[in-house]
Amino acid sequence: MSKVIEGLRYAESHEWVKVEGDIAVIGISDYAQHALGNIVYVDMPEVGDEVTAGEDFGAVESVKAASDLISPVSGEVVEINEELEDAPEAVNADAYENWIIKVKMSDPSEVDALLDAAAYEKLCENE
Amino acid sequence: MKYYDKLIFEVSRPGRKGYELPANGYDTDGLAAISTALLRKDKPELPEVSELDVVRHYTNLSNKNFGVDTGFYPLGSCTMKYNPKINEEVAALPEFAALHPLQSEASAQGALELYYNLQQALANIAGLAEFTLNPYAGAHGELTGLMVMRQYHITRGDNKRTKVIVPNSAHGTNPASAMVAGLEVVEVKSKPNGSIDVEDLKPLLDETVAGIMMTNPNTLGMFETEILEIAKLVHDAGGLLYYDGANLNPLLGKVRPGDMGFDIMHINLHKTFSTPHGGGGPGSGPVGVAAHLVDLLPAPRVVKDADGKFHIVGKTDKSLGSVSSFLGNFGVMMKAYAYILSLGKENLKNVGPMATLNANYIKESLKDDYLLPIEGACKHEFVFDGLKDKSTGVTTLNVAKRLLDYGFHAPTIYFPLLFHESMMIEPTETESLETLDEFIEVMHKVAKEARENPDNVKNAPLTTAISHPDETTAAKKPILSYRQLKADQDA
Repeated sequence: MSKVIEGLRYAESHEWVKVEGDIAVIGISDYAQHALGNIVYVDMPEVGDEVTAGEDFGAVESVKAASDLISPVSGEVVEINEELEDAPEAVNADAYENWIIKVKMSDPSEVDALLDAAAYEKLCENE
Repeated sequence: MKYYDKLIFEVSRPGRKGYELPANGYDTDGLAAISTALLRKDKPELPEVSELDVVRHYTNLSNKNFGVDTGFYPLGSCTMKYNPKINEEVAALPEFAALHPLQSEASAQGALELYYNLQQALANIAGLAEFTLNPYAGAHGELTGLMVMRQYHITRGDNKRTKVIVPNSAHGTNPASAMVAGLEVVEVKSKPNGSIDVEDLKPLLDETVAGIMMTNPNTLGMFETEILEIAKLVHDAGGLLYYDGANLNPLLGKVRPGDMGFDIMHINLHKTFSTPHGGGGPGSGPVGVAAHLVDLLPAPRVVKDADGKFHIVGKTDKSLGSVSSFLGNFGVMMKAYAYILSLGKENLKNVGPMATLNANYIKESLKDDYLLPIEGACKHEFVFDGLKDKSTGVTTLNVAKRLLDYGFHAPTIYFPLLFHESMMIEPTETESLETLDEFIEVMHKVAKEARENPDNVKNAPLTTAISHPDETTAAKKPILSYRQLKADQDA
């Protein structure tokens, strides 16, 4: 059973968001890392890039597949998790501890449209 | 079988050789004639081995190969049918094999006739006007076909058409080829039964659509029954239909892509027409087009004049120009032509039904143990979503690896992405009932083992030379040369 953390918000495309003021910390869910298998590369944007809710901002490559990362919110990338450049497998080890990007949100209300933990858990059960 | 995994460099011993050159009978030293600026400073590190070393080395390595000639190879979407040996015999005829691409037309009439006849045969099979045989393989064919599509719109002055619609179940090469051709990819959803969702397609069809790429039967082995409606919708919107020939096998001589409304297609000679593939083939990906696109086909082409003579025609006004060196992989074309002639019209028609029967036989025999997400008759292939009983934790990967212990090649796994535990099985028409039964028995055995002794399946393969390569490290830090291996070992 995949881990879902209370208090985070989730996208149907399996990214999670942790809101810290106007900053959104974004990663992929435990369910997503499990479905992908061993992750070998995380393709991230650069600091300063703009991301748009619903559009891809990077990709995760595993030994099984490559999957786009879809941004749950819009805004400017203020930080990327550089540790993932050398150790992408950290996402497999703990998908919630190892975030991918931090975004300064241009419209924090976009978070309201995302799923809460209970709704996301239900989504995973039905997948 | 003896375990052997040496590199030729590891067999090497200083000074050992398998040849002897006559003594230099002349006063000159060949090397002295070459400027020192051009000479390398160190001797190349070539393996130093005897003839027996070389023969034994490569024979031992070849014993590790698995191919259709060794055993059953149900790799979905790859059409791993048997490649009849007469194909090889014909392609090796010195009159053809020793041809030079620059020799005169008059002295190569036979080869040009074969090339021309194969163009015609494929056009007949496809229900299209003309073919180019130049592209080297499937994805190259896709790129060529999409370049024709793009050129068609540009030639008409319709520069807004930059989007290609691709189903979410499509082969990965489809969106990749579209990107390389400078087009934008738009995804169309599949219905629960795997076929294109026409309602999802309709709103996508605007004046920016260049065309749609499809396989039929689709990636799940199901025939797209709404193809005529789809063709009408796309054409009415001003787009073209591209047929990916990956799944042509079940339709051979029965249904023609041209009759379904497709304007452009490629054929994988190395799948449907029994030429070798895997391990480099080489492949061949002829591209066919409907009459209104013929002028755009790449050059050179082979034509027949009124006197029955064959000529190579270079680039004309509208033609895309060259997409390969000369006329493409000619040896592969000879094998495909030999296949078409050996089977003839009557037997080509039996390929599809036999491939379809074999696939359905396996599907129905195994659906008690394996999860069949889409019921109903499939065509040449089908997809299971892993074992029915998921409680044991045995995955599709485990089952695939366990099959190796039983001497079968694994099916295609984790594709298509529509399911989590995809296992795509395509037996082809060339397998006997006995082989199919053997495979079914082993698949049942593995399912039983998964219930009773799951760890055994999870630890498979137990009998192969290499059991569990570290795929993450292999993907992240591949060792691609002996030099790199040595550097790693020395470090």
